[in-house]
Formats: sequence, structure tokens, C-alpha cells
Amino acid sequence: MSEVKFSKEHEWITLDGDVATIGITKHATEMLGDIVFAELPEKGSSVDKDGNAGVVESTKAASDVYTPVSGEVVDTNQEIVDDPSKINDDPEGSAWFFKLKLKDKSEIDSLMNKEEYEKFAKENAG
Amino acid sequence: MGIKKTSLNKLHQDYKAKFVEFAGYEMPIQYTKGIIEEHKFTRTNAGIFDVSHMGQLFIYGEKDLTIELEKIFPLDLKNLKNNCSKYSFLMNDDAGIFDDLIITKIEGGFLIILNAACKDKDYEILSKLLKNKFKIKLDNERSLIAIQGPRSAEILKLVIPEVNKLKFMTGGWFDYQSEEIFITRSGYTGEDGFEISIINDLVEKFTQNLINNGAELIGLGARDTLRLEAGLCLYGQELNLNKTPIEANLKWAISKERLSNGGFLGSDKIKKQIQAGPKKLRVGIKPDGRLIAREKSKIFNESNLPIGEITSGTFGPSVNGPIAMGYIDKEFSKTNTKVLVEVRGKKYPANICGLPFYKKNHIKGASYE
Repeated sequence: MSEVKFSKEHEWITLDGDVATIGITKHATEMLGDIVFAELPEKGSSVDKDGNAGVVESTKAASDVYTPVSGEVVDTNQEIVDDPSKINDDPEGSAWFFKLKLKDKSEIDSLMNKEEYEKFAKENAG
Repeated sequence: MGIKKTSLNKLHQDYKAKFVEFAGYEMPIQYTKGIIEEHKFTRTNAGIFDVSHMGQLFIYGEKDLTIELEKIFPLDLKNLKNNCSKYSFLMNDDAGIFDDLIITKIEGGFLIILNAACKDKDYEILSKLLKNKFKIKLDNERSLIAIQGPRSAEILKLVIPEVNKLKFMTGGWFDYQSEEIFITRSGYTGEDGFEISIINDLVEKFTQNLINNGAELIGLGARDTLRLEAGLCLYGQELNLNKTPIEANLKWAISKERLSNGGFLGSDKIKKQIQAGPKKLRVGIKPDGRLIAREKSKIFNESNLPIGEITSGTFGPSVNGPIAMGYIDKEFSKTNTKVLVEVRGKKYPANICGLPFYKKNHIKGASYE
């Protein structure tokens, strides 16, 4: 497993070979509040870097989930669809959103490392 | 003009509220537990809501005031006893709704609780209609808090012992630290509860007292999910100038006697609408699965023809599923009618259902002794 990387849209990504696992950050869940609905991209579909790849909703509002890299969706986490509160419980662990077979590994290079993301999140909080 | 703060702002900060701007006020949307836990706490225990942004309009006068107010509201105010409350609306001549409100007969006049976003306009409208013949005051020196939930009577009693004698939709003056506070047994959550009007200087102490006795602060986020589960309208969403009480399914709030005799704002339109039947009606809507259909989502019939629009939609924590209210063509308003709701460009199945979504065992008119 590679180092965890982060996007400005508050997604995290880890890489295992050419398959990436993507979810939303703890910081994102704290901003959203209680998550009550999750929609994931379809298995087998292709998603483009910075494009739409799902939706999460709190009681208050709906928010788009973006993908920080391009690729083909090879797996999705049905558990968070069935029980979205799991996203609040363990956002950066068991509550991953989807796995992508990467189109271009180099897209990861431009993403932030943990330290950079924490600084970014702090500056953009509230 | 900057954002306004209620007298409980510091207490909200102490309890780590997340704030939002609402009707020009900085209000707590939630505290540390989050909306779902706050919602459930209110349903099982007792939640405290700061609703000091709402308007407290005191109008003083005798019989002639009652006569003038009956020209405005569709209520039998002549027979409204002291300390009794009614739900009503301020309408225009076309029965469009300026605001929905609770009016209580008090000694020497009336107290009207108004929505925050509407209160200044309501004051203008009512002052004009009453032609400055009566003393009318939008009281900014008083705060308003609500305590709601099955334990609210038990907890409030520890602070105000005589409060138990109040029945639903009645109120009265009580003493607290040598000041008069006005308490009504009412609310906006579908639970038993009280609303307390108290001078600004004492509200923090009073609220802290309720907290010390086991109640917890609840934000506007849970207030919205609670009222939606209870099937209650929110002004600006279910109600506005383009909706009438008949379309909003609020005919029950119009006095039968007043309806037959007329003479209040919008009475002609309301009579006509009752005769002809409204084209659209407010209904409850339950999307299948977990999908949330929010305000402005379009509703379609099974042949894909547009038949209405959602006005409020969220996840109901006690219902444990998505719930919504909206307006729909009358022919589709029957319970269990299958419809489609459009969310993010796709149509999903939903069902028309009765209101409220969540019902307590004890309900309106019950005695709470």
C-alpha cells in the first residue's frame, strides 16, 4: 500500500498496484455532519479526474463526491450505501467509497500528502 | 446592519454550537452530538431550543381589539378564553399566507408568536390594519425558548413547580426570580413541551437551570427534522404568499363559525376554494429506499407528467428513512398513490402518505396531568 494522498475536494486515496481506493476524509465528515445517504458510481463505469463520482447527504444538504484520479470503477462499498452512518464512524478506514483501476498513475503525484492536507483543511475550515 | 445575536449566544458558544445565519440571526444549527442524536434526545428526553429570533408581538386592547382582530384572523377570538392559544395565519385578501403564527389571549390583549423572517413585515401589516388604535409592541426585551420532549414537564416543573397545570395549547404567567415569565404548553416537534417567554437578562440563567436538571440544548437542524416528522409546516417552504391554508391542508385551523360568516382577510377566496376544491394539496411523501428528495424536487405521475413539487425533504431520524412534504395535484393526493420524484436528473419511486410521519401516543387536546 502506498502513502495516503489527499485532494482539495477532501477525498483520500491509497494505491495498491494500479488499483486505488478512495474515500472522503474525516475533516469532510465533520463538515457534513451526520451522513444519511450515499450514492456510489456504477461498477464497470469510467470516471474522470475531478469529475463526479457519487453523492453523500447529511440531514441538511447533498454534496457531490469527486474522484481525484481517472479510471475504471472495479469495486464499490455497498456497506456504506446500506448504512451511511458508517462513513461518520470510520471515514478513513472501513468506510471507503470505491476502487479504481487507474488510467494514469501520474495523476496521483499532484495530490497532497497528509501534512499538506491537514494544513489545507485547517486553512479552509469553517 | 450586522448579524444579530440572541441573549443565549454565549451559552451556545460554551456548548460548542455550530452557527448558521438564519433570518438575520446567528443561530445554532447543532451542538457537538450532531443533528441525529439531538433529534433522538428530544424524542426520548427533553431538548431546549433557543427560538428568541421569533417575534413576540403584544397587542393590548379590550373588546374593540377583538373585533378588529377578527377582521384579520380566521378565528373565533370572541370566545377564546384567557390563556388559550390558537394556531393561525396572517393572510392577504387572496388568502395568500404572509405568516403562520400562534395567538394567545392574555389579560388585556393578545400575544402573537411570529416567524423570525416575517416579524417586521407582520408588525407593519398589523399596525396598519389596526390603524394605530391599540398599543402594539414587538418585544425585543424578551427571549423565547422551547423545551420539548417526554421529560419536559418533569424537568420544567423543577424550575417552575406550578407549570404542570397547563394543558396543551394553554398558557399563563409564572414567577421566576421576581420576574414574570409567560409559558405556553405548545411546540413544534410533535412532542409534549412548553414555550417560555422570559426577559433577556434572565434567559441564560433559566436555560442553564433546565440544563442542570437534565435537558440539553438542541439546534435548528434537529428542530427541522423534528417538525418535518411531525408534519408541521415551515414558513418559506410549505407556506408562502402563493399558498392558501386550504391548499396547505390547514382548514382545521379555521373556525367553522367564522368560515360560514366570513369577514376575515382572504375569507371570500377560502370559501370559493373550499367549494371548488383546491387544485393542489400539501401531502406527505416517502421516497423508496434511502433517497432524499429535497425542496424543489419535481414530482411526476407514473406516466411521467409533472404533478407537483417537494417543499421540504430530509432524513427522519425517528422514522429511520427519508421523508418529505410537498404540493401535488389533488387527484394524486390520496395516501399510497405511487409517484416519481426527480433527484439529480433521475426519477425515483415514492409514495404519497398521511401526516404526521411520526406520531406520539398522546396527542392534541389530551390532558397532561
